[in-house]
Amino acid sequence: MIRVQREDFDPGREIEHLTRGKTAIGGIVSFIGTVRGGADGVRAMTLEHYPGMTEQALREIEEEANKRWQLDASLIVHRYGELAPGARIVLVVTAAAHRAAAFEACEFLVDWLKTKAPFWKQEETPEGTRWIEAEASDDAAAKRWAPKLR
Amino acid sequence: MKLLYFAWLKSKIGKAEETIEPPAGISTPGALVDWLKTRGPGFAEALKDRRALRVAVNRRYVGWDHALAAGDEVALFPPVTGG
Repeated sequence: MIRVQREDFDPGREIEHLTRGKTAIGGIVSFIGTVRGGADGVRAMTLEHYPGMTEQALREIEEEANKRWQLDASLIVHRYGELAPGARIVLVVTAAAHRAAAFEACEFLVDWLKTKAPFWKQEETPEGTRWIEAEASDDAAAKRWAPKLR
Repeated sequence: MKLLYFAWLKSKIGKAEETIEPPAGISTPGALVDWLKTRGPGFAEALKDRRALRVAVNRRYVGWDHALAAGDEVALFPPVTGG
């Protein structure tokens, strides 16, 4: 399941809703990305996205994870709009019979969505607003998964 | 053809979207960008380095030599930074 929304989400409720009654699940892994404030003085962040393509890209990424790993459930929730430091940006949940699949698939989903889903972050700093540039380390993280593993 | 611009492309070009008919012979996103660059200083600045750009046609990533069709939705944007 994937969702793109302006509103915040409640990770506990999302996980409960996703996995309720699925008794084959033996392990659930979740990743929550948040707006990093801290030393570089970010006051706020605005996430822009490409409505339509975003949903399609996330669905394809989720399908790919489900091809590569035996998952009982998966979820991506990604926010857009204005977000304050500490705010939740993204939730990725994977559930499987065994933890290895859940851990690996969750990391794969995060790595791929960071380099493929059409979102752009703009930061407000004391010096003004600036668009965040893509990180080479994110590309490298995504490329680890490029060949089909299984 | 519908064109969409995101992130700093939108700021530099000064609009988020437009509907245009490119001249005959513009058959790939690469040729489209080269033509768009001639439309004004904002376009020239935003599109000067193709390596800093990504292109999607009808909401899918494509290469610069992808074959364009009439009525395509072409989106130009910088590398993505979500997550």
